[in-house]
Amino acid sequence: MSVNVSVNEPAVKAAAENAAGANTENKEWRPRIVAFCCNWCSYAGADLAGSSRLSYPADVKIIRVPCSCRVNPMFILKAFERGADGVILCGCHPGDCHYSTGNYYTRRRMALLFSMLDYIGVERGRTRVEWVSAAEGARFSAVMNDFVAKITELGENVKVGDLRCKK
Amino acid sequence: MQRLGVFVCWCGSNIAATVDVDRVVAEAKVQPGVVFAQDYQYMCSEAGQNIIKDAIKQYGLNGIVVCSCSPRMHEATFRKAAEAAGLNPYMVEIANIREHCSWIHKDKEAGTEKACVLMRAAVAKVLLNTPLKAGESKVVKRALVIGGGIAGIQTALDIADAGFPVDIVEKNATIGGRMAQLDKTFPTLDCSSCILTPKMVEAKTNENIRLITYAEVEEVSGFVGSFKAKIRKKARFVKEDVCTGCGVCMSKCPSKKGLNEFNMGLNNRPAIYIPFAQAIPNVAVIDKTQCIKLNTGKCGLCEKVCTAGAIDYTQQDEFIEEEYGAIVMATGFRPIDASKFDEYSYSTCKDVVTSLELERIMNAAGPTGGVLLRPSDGKHPHSIVFVQCVGSRDVSGRGKPYCSKICCMYTAKHAMLIRDKYPDVEVHVFYIDVRTPGKNFDEFYRRAAEQYDVDYIKGQVGKVWEEDGHLVVRGVDLIANEQIVLNTDMVVLATAIEPDPTARKVANMLTASIDTNDFITEAHPKLRPVESPTAGIFLSGVCQGPKDIPETVSQAGAAASKVIGLLSKNKLTTNPCVAHSDELLCNGCSCCEKVCPYGAISYDTHLINDHGVKETRRVALVNEALCQGCGACTVVCPSGAMDLKGFSNKQIMAEVEAICL
Repeated sequence: MSVNVSVNEPAVKAAAENAAGANTENKEWRPRIVAFCCNWCSYAGADLAGSSRLSYPADVKIIRVPCSCRVNPMFILKAFERGADGVILCGCHPGDCHYSTGNYYTRRRMALLFSMLDYIGVERGRTRVEWVSAAEGARFSAVMNDFVAKITELGENVKVGDLRCKK
Repeated sequence: MQRLGVFVCWCGSNIAATVDVDRVVAEAKVQPGVVFAQDYQYMCSEAGQNIIKDAIKQYGLNGIVVCSCSPRMHEATFRKAAEAAGLNPYMVEIANIREHCSWIHKDKEAGTEKACVLMRAAVAKVLLNTPLKAGESKVVKRALVIGGGIAGIQTALDIADAGFPVDIVEKNATIGGRMAQLDKTFPTLDCSSCILTPKMVEAKTNENIRLITYAEVEEVSGFVGSFKAKIRKKARFVKEDVCTGCGVCMSKCPSKKGLNEFNMGLNNRPAIYIPFAQAIPNVAVIDKTQCIKLNTGKCGLCEKVCTAGAIDYTQQDEFIEEEYGAIVMATGFRPIDASKFDEYSYSTCKDVVTSLELERIMNAAGPTGGVLLRPSDGKHPHSIVFVQCVGSRDVSGRGKPYCSKICCMYTAKHAMLIRDKYPDVEVHVFYIDVRTPGKNFDEFYRRAAEQYDVDYIKGQVGKVWEEDGHLVVRGVDLIANEQIVLNTDMVVLATAIEPDPTARKVANMLTASIDTNDFITEAHPKLRPVESPTAGIFLSGVCQGPKDIPETVSQAGAAASKVIGLLSKNKLTTNPCVAHSDELLCNGCSCCEKVCPYGAISYDTHLINDHGVKETRRVALVNEALCQGCGACTVVCPSGAMDLKGFSNKQIMAEVEAICL
């Protein structure tokens, strides 16, 4: 299912229009973005962004996980295989993890995953790790706006997308 | 066979204005497993919950999705409703279509599309949910209060009054905190000591309270109901139970050049000292960096003059280990360093002081005996300029972006007290705004301005410098729209307040969330203002945000009532979303054991029936009482044996697939 969205941010819109040129369909192409957010910091930060009405594009869909260290690299690969154009993983700031050390594992695991994604040719910009605290609603919104703009510039993810998954 | 129900909340117009609720319901009805879908204006209301309960019974639902606000808001509400209708509470999933959707998207088409996707992901997840049963854990009926200022004291007193034992851990040699340093309090001009010291004495005499002063919490482990804390009681070099507080040692000590912290360094104190006359405990302490005996081995004068025999130069730091059911953070604040704002010449001119320093100068027990004198030459000042918002409401990065809340009121208090006692002293106040919300606050400020003729000037000060033995203040009067230059004898800076520097360390130890300004984050800014999102951790006083004394005391009482509520329970239900290992897949590699921050994983040999083949294998076992459900072990497990209940690999994969569909 293609998602048809009108966007307020001019930069995002301009980039989207460029990307749409390559699309054979008439519909404006919008990226699919999966965001994993830890329950304690980033998910609460996203909630704060919401209650503060700090908008970001609707392309971002959030999955709640207890801790960023719950995110198996397999989930990210699965997302790309299924046609996600970008995956962002958000956790508590280093040192502030609710489980003390979870985000340190995340940091190391993601460093490894990034080099693997590099190796298989998925652009580096498609995956990102960000630390967002429960009090940083504004930061959450800014991070998502920036990420969506970058993914829109990169265009559709064709490298590892399984064509059988596309309708 | 799954029989799912989907309930879509309008949240009045909060969701319905940007999400076409009917379309979400229609879309829900065609999802696999969904047999019932309905929308309602307020799903969390009693009527809304009844819709859910009735549907569960009528349609025999074995899983539900509620599309509403954040699960952090109402997941517990809907779980309870489900349970009341006979459904396992963990068969409930929330699609957050308010905070993560309707509130941030203005376009209804986009919002509706996204809400449908979020609903689909939740349905995909709940299809794989399994009924979970919460376990039980014990409650240690003892509370720990970190910080012995008015916030900590009041919290401890209220908890103790309810019959529960409390330990107060205070890093300084006495309890009392910042309030003990104050001279008078607004808006009643009560003497601060007169209302605080009886409470300090009460804290000492209350049989349910144990004071652990000159001590810091070093380590905390465990979880709500049973925290374990290790407390370092620093060596005072004075036996606490022997010292009578007579003060002879203080007068004989030859090393008298220590800065008196209690007087904000405005005068000196000896190496052995009692912080102030009403200190609790009224016991001396030796500053080991300053003591001649401890540094050179010579002297020992205090030991000779102490008739009680309380001095002990060999004393070592002691460690206290204790279990607690609840922990209250009451770590308080300090004024920021005014020397960062060099335009006011704080570091070069002695007659530029901070408000807390002025507080000590005005205090009868302070360095000048309560007589208003210039620090540089000890002369009576004829004019004083107050500068407001020094480092508050400062977005330049030098100061703090927030309003410190108390400065407008204490400056009005200072101005009024000075004008009352010394009518010959001219008082000018430079301000950005005067903020006086609070009972009798604005009346108080108007009294200062109108009755006491304090000259309030709207505008900021650009520079303060010294010239011919007096100070010159250059500022702007925004109402007259002109630059003004004032000659004055003293300048008082209303410095911003910031959380005590220990707050971040303590918060990290307690895994309590903390914001960019180092204030501790509350579980909900309106509905749960005295609780941290981390269960069992409560907040009292300025560690949560700037507050005056009345607010601090009310918050302390609120935190205490939450603690009492927790300690009154005999058992707590534990989070059932914990890790578990599949014995058939586990190869006993120990990877999970190494990453577990709680030591919840152990190994044992089990007799495994692997598809008819019986063999003894070493397998991982999860202690469900210790596991907190972070999931670190699930990712590290090479064989895929370890999984997390409620957030299983399959569930998250299903969500990913539903979103990318």
